[in-house]
Amino acid sequence: MAQTRYPKTPREEQPEATVDSAETKARGPFSRRQFLRGSAAAGAASAGLLSGILDGAEAQGEPGVAGPGAVDMAFKINGKAYVATLEPRVTLLDALRNHLDLTGAKKVCDRGTCGACTVLLNGDPVYACSVLAIEAQGADVTTVEGIGSPANMHPIQQAFVDHDAQQCGFCTPGFVVASAALLNRHPNPDQDTVHRELGGNLCRCGTYAGIRAAVAQAAGGGTTNG
Amino acid sequence: MAEYTWPAAGDRLHIGKHISRLDGPVKATGRAKYAYDVNRRGMLWAIMVQCPHAHARITSIDASAAEAMDGVVKVHVIQDVGTEIQWAHDEIVAVAATSEEVARDGAAAVKIEYEVLSHFVNERAVDEAPDAQPAQAETTGDPAAAMASAPTKSSGSYHVAQIAHCSLESHGQVAEWQDEENVTLWASTQAISGVASQLGEQIGIPASNVHVETQYMGGGFGSKFSVDRWGVVCAQIARDTGRPVKLMLDRDQEVTVAGARPSTHAEVSTAADADGNVVAWDSKSWGSGGPAGANSPPLPYVFAFDNQTHAHTSVPTNTGPARAWRAPRHPQACLVTMRALEDLAHAAGMDPLDFFLKNIDKTGERAGTYTEELEKGAELMGWRDRWRPRGSATGTVRSGLGLALHTWGGRGHRSNCEVLAYRDGLVEARIGSQDLGTGTRTIIALVLAETFGLGLEQVKVTMGRSVLPASGASGGSTTVGGVSGSTRRAALNAVDAVFERIAPRLGTEMANLELRNGQLHFKDGSMAAMPWRQAAALIGVNPVSATGANPGPGQLNDSGVGGIQMADVSVDMDTGVVSINRMVAVQDCGLILDMKLAESQVYGSLIMGVTYALTEERVFDPHTGQMLNADMEFYKLAGIEDVGEMIVHMMTGPGYDERGVIGLGEPPVIAPGAAIANAATNATGVPINEMPMTPERVLAAINGGMA
Repeated sequence: MAQTRYPKTPREEQPEATVDSAETKARGPFSRRQFLRGSAAAGAASAGLLSGILDGAEAQGEPGVAGPGAVDMAFKINGKAYVATLEPRVTLLDALRNHLDLTGAKKVCDRGTCGACTVLLNGDPVYACSVLAIEAQGADVTTVEGIGSPANMHPIQQAFVDHDAQQCGFCTPGFVVASAALLNRHPNPDQDTVHRELGGNLCRCGTYAGIRAAVAQAAGGGTTNG
Repeated sequence: MAEYTWPAAGDRLHIGKHISRLDGPVKATGRAKYAYDVNRRGMLWAIMVQCPHAHARITSIDASAAEAMDGVVKVHVIQDVGTEIQWAHDEIVAVAATSEEVARDGAAAVKIEYEVLSHFVNERAVDEAPDAQPAQAETTGDPAAAMASAPTKSSGSYHVAQIAHCSLESHGQVAEWQDEENVTLWASTQAISGVASQLGEQIGIPASNVHVETQYMGGGFGSKFSVDRWGVVCAQIARDTGRPVKLMLDRDQEVTVAGARPSTHAEVSTAADADGNVVAWDSKSWGSGGPAGANSPPLPYVFAFDNQTHAHTSVPTNTGPARAWRAPRHPQACLVTMRALEDLAHAAGMDPLDFFLKNIDKTGERAGTYTEELEKGAELMGWRDRWRPRGSATGTVRSGLGLALHTWGGRGHRSNCEVLAYRDGLVEARIGSQDLGTGTRTIIALVLAETFGLGLEQVKVTMGRSVLPASGASGGSTTVGGVSGSTRRAALNAVDAVFERIAPRLGTEMANLELRNGQLHFKDGSMAAMPWRQAAALIGVNPVSATGANPGPGQLNDSGVGGIQMADVSVDMDTGVVSINRMVAVQDCGLILDMKLAESQVYGSLIMGVTYALTEERVFDPHTGQMLNADMEFYKLAGIEDVGEMIVHMMTGPGYDERGVIGLGEPPVIAPGAAIANAATNATGVPINEMPMTPERVLAAINGGMA
């Protein structure tokens, strides 16, 4: 079950990935792919969840389970503290969107396929629709709103604007977060690495040419489409 | 009086340049609020209970358990006992509750019983269709005689599966009543003005009391023109409960009931003379997009032959109904026609590039454009050096080239715009249009700034609200021509109105004034040019206002484009996997206002084309009538690694610019599938006649058509 849990170690304590060892394992034990693999192997993510809750409860010296009714939760999102009273079954995505009015992460497939809800948990990209809010307590959550603001865009956001890597824009927050994570891990990615790292996000309007060029610009590389 | 023209090539400040979309920063930072993102105080969430059967009659509805739940506020019966349901996932009951989770619990607790009726979903088996509707053949000349005497003949069956729109933002809206007579609808729609009228009629209030707001919307592709039943239901629940209500479709509903592109199946025979001139065409097609069947695709496509005949059979099925999908009926017609002509070229022993050029006069008035585009495309693809006859490739992974032609209208729709000039120097356009992500907001700003000779930061666009001057729905590539026409005319009128207002205050005549590069110029040189801000200060406290409409005086837009696309693909003969190496698109669309946005449309179209060519299909189980892939795991969209290299070339300059603005949303999405299928055929040496070109189908073709 261990691989279905997000890393407790802060991002900066993770071993540094190199460009040519661009494997998902370098992402930490809670990469999106491994989360999905782990979930599938376990039959359900809830097994991991349960152990997570129990770990937390034991740490506080009081055995028990949370729910099924709403319970108090506390989050650290984009560097700010939030509290909410939510049922344990509420996903991180629904907590962000429905309860905290952080609507940058989008609900599209709601089952870990499209990547529109991608956020960072302790620096690692995850599908927020596939993480329970109760499990995200204690983690540093970064949403697209925390990557940058219109007046102070992250270089990858500026690059998305410059290369028109967005049309309707509904997949864009997920791509921006995934691209920021990609560049943290691979400052100068080759095209195969870009394709692999962004392969968990889908666009319907067809902005992939712009996204390739945007990542290249933000990485300080070339800027050609295609 | 203003002269309603576009500025000449040398006088353009913004037009034709690579300008970034103005709402790029709010989208890229997650600040753009879509309908799905609207959260209102006290808002309820509504979830719809769907029919599990493809054809059934409702015999009972018991919502008592749902109504008794804590947090459930309203159970709304959409279709009552006795109603005959024609497709699976049709909406029966909506449950509104204080949270999304409780609304789902409530929906799950509603008990609905059905009398299950017989269904038909396998529209490919036209002979088994219970309600097939054949139409009379349309015939020109004598195809049978021409076919009989021709030395070169070809025939084949070509198939295009039904696909979904699969907009990433699902259909839906938030409704909130201000009082008993006024409702606001934050809707994910391509038609704010139309939705206001539709909702007003259906809930019994004046259309002017419906305030539709759509600043951003997450994809429609032709599926979001209507208020839809769920929009009416949402407003009704909001009225009944006195609370705002959010109702958005779940993903399974989005791909089953909220839009489909009809299938097309066709049997085609063609013939050519000894020189490679096409002399005869004979096609029979059928297809379905749901209970209404499907209209005939325009066959033969792009070309018209002296001897041709076509007959179509519409096949109703028990599947969620069709909606307009970018360039309705054209991608299907393009696949059928271009594959059939490629097969005829092969039978004639000709390079398809030569074959298409040989027959280019049969495309009509756009023959010259197609010729230029084919030559440009051939250069970009390296066609002359790289094309080899069908089946020349050897080895496990074989590559090949293919090409296709397309056409579309794209004339600007009806649009109204008001332009206001304020004394602080701000110039504002107000227009009841919507930006689907095509860049409409940016185009309006660009035209306004161009006309006033200002920078883009000095103008403002107010749009996306149904109370603004009415503008058409965004569909069929009509928006860019419509809004640029109305904005240009309104802006030219506003410049005149500003001159009329300030000329007396400057002691001169209107005709002596000119706005250029952010300055007011005096044509007679009587005064030095003054900055626009200084001139605008003379407007006074009441802003200058002027309006403009499309259509209107002067040729600002036109209709009718042609484009060509070429594909370079590889096919793995052992696995049947088709991979895209390179796509080339050469496209005309008259005067291009923003080159960056125009190129984006074409890149996006190529990618959307790759995905419908290779992976997209609504798969129905003939036994249960259910769509088997009502999700995004198995309703597959191409990812960033799947789309290959893309080269886009826009035709501009003399011969193109003077036509004015023509829409671009549809044309480039038509031909990718046909070009890819022709390339796969060229690579494998066997006809690849079905979209999507899944490994299973390609392997079956390679192994002798055993599918």
